[in-house]
Amino acid sequence: MRITQGCFSFLPDLTDDQIRAQVQYCIDKGWAVNIEFTDDPHPRNTYWDMWGLPMFDIKDAAAVMMELADCRKAYGNLYIRISAIDSTAGWESLRISFIVNRPEEEPGFHLQRQESNGRNIRYTTHPYAADRPEGQRYASRSIKTNKAGDPLVSLNKDSAGSGLGSGNSR
Amino acid sequence: MTDTEGVYNHPGITEPGVDKQPTVSGVFAVTPEVVNQPDVDLLGEQIDLAQELADAGIEDVFELLDKELIGLAPVKTRIREIAALLLVEALRRKLGLSGDPPTLHMSFTGNPGTGKTTVALRMAEILHRLGFVRKGHLVSVTRDDLVGQYIGHTAPKTKEIVKKAMGGVLFIDEAYYLYRPENERDYGQEAIEILLQVMENHREDLVVILAGYVERMDRFFASNPGFRSRIAHHIDFPDYSNEELLAIGELILAKQNYKFSPAGREAMANYIVARKKQPHFANARSIRNALDRARLRQANRLVRGGATGRITANDLTTIDAPDLLASRVFGQSAATQTSLSEETESSFG
Repeated sequence: MRITQGCFSFLPDLTDDQIRAQVQYCIDKGWAVNIEFTDDPHPRNTYWDMWGLPMFDIKDAAAVMMELADCRKAYGNLYIRISAIDSTAGWESLRISFIVNRPEEEPGFHLQRQESNGRNIRYTTHPYAADRPEGQRYASRSIKTNKAGDPLVSLNKDSAGSGLGSGNSR
Repeated sequence: MTDTEGVYNHPGITEPGVDKQPTVSGVFAVTPEVVNQPDVDLLGEQIDLAQELADAGIEDVFELLDKELIGLAPVKTRIREIAALLLVEALRRKLGLSGDPPTLHMSFTGNPGTGKTTVALRMAEILHRLGFVRKGHLVSVTRDDLVGQYIGHTAPKTKEIVKKAMGGVLFIDEAYYLYRPENERDYGQEAIEILLQVMENHREDLVVILAGYVERMDRFFASNPGFRSRIAHHIDFPDYSNEELLAIGELILAKQNYKFSPAGREAMANYIVARKKQPHFANARSIRNALDRARLRQANRLVRGGATGRITANDLTTIDAPDLLASRVFGQSAATQTSLSEETESSFG
């Protein structure tokens, strides 16, 4: 089950060029860009692990792409998202957040129905992946790297089949 | 690309690849009509080189360079050569002729105060106008900004700076301090390794300029051959002649709405000769400092000395001989040598 969260969740996974363009948009708006990762895909899990500090005074998306490549090298088998925070109001508020990396296998969620008073039913979603302890939830995948050691991760190759340009809908 | 335009209407989504090729954002930005033409048409087309040069707007930068920087003829020639190479490279790319992005890392060697930082700033602008860096900002750092205090501190610190400089130019002043052979556990080596990696892998993302004194930089390159081979352009900044220094002084004053009186100009020429003989002479920087002190003395002279109590705008903007002759430089040289004019010594005494 392909998990979607945040912005562009209705689109196929963004290609690296598209991610770069989005990040540049955030930087041009003056937002700080942040990279986070997690292996707990529950939609109510808002506190993901941070990959370093948010990047506050950068000018070009290449810096974020470099960090993203490093993060993928370390946690290429987990969910990674990029978020941008805006401080113009005097406090930092989240403006955008989108998934940029996902595990190869996404087992999905179990829907639990609890029968309570009367004929009421309470629903709980539980990710199958969370049955295993943290750190063992997704198989570590072998990442092909280029000459420079940066991972050649193209999400669409594995899951979505193609990028935005070809118009291949799932 | 036209059939997917609907998808790209969102402000954040641009067409893939637009940001990746710096040429597109730089040179194409001025001639947008070319973008839609296929390469086949371009190949037969005559290209007006002068027009391209004007479109890129680098002539403005050169003019500014000529106006702001006195002397430095070899440096200016070299920069023009590099700019010509880059322009041709950009045109080739437009026609789909080029392969790898050119290596643009540079080293500026020269004595202190010879204008390395100023030229680096202009260089960033030239690279930006030609589309070889995306943003064209200059991040100027020294060893302190790159090297950490304890184990594990250096890598994040260097990376932070590199990230800041991406899309622009990273200027490392006195780069030879990064390498300290006398201490084998010095963290500078770690910063050097990260820099080398970045210079190789992120060639299209940032340009690194190393600066420093000639001999020390030579020693630095000798012990770090990786750096030498990754740097395409070595530019040497010559010292200024006395006349050039005087012209620089006048330029500095003009920028602050000051000027020399004829006697003041004479005194400045003498000051330069005397100052050059002393240690720690830092070319244009020494001149600037001397003029700052002269302004101080001028203000003092006006406040105390005005017997009439009335001064004109001319008085306020003129640096006169006494303002310079009160300098300590004349005191020392007057004692050791007699080459200075009678007038100088008498007014000092």
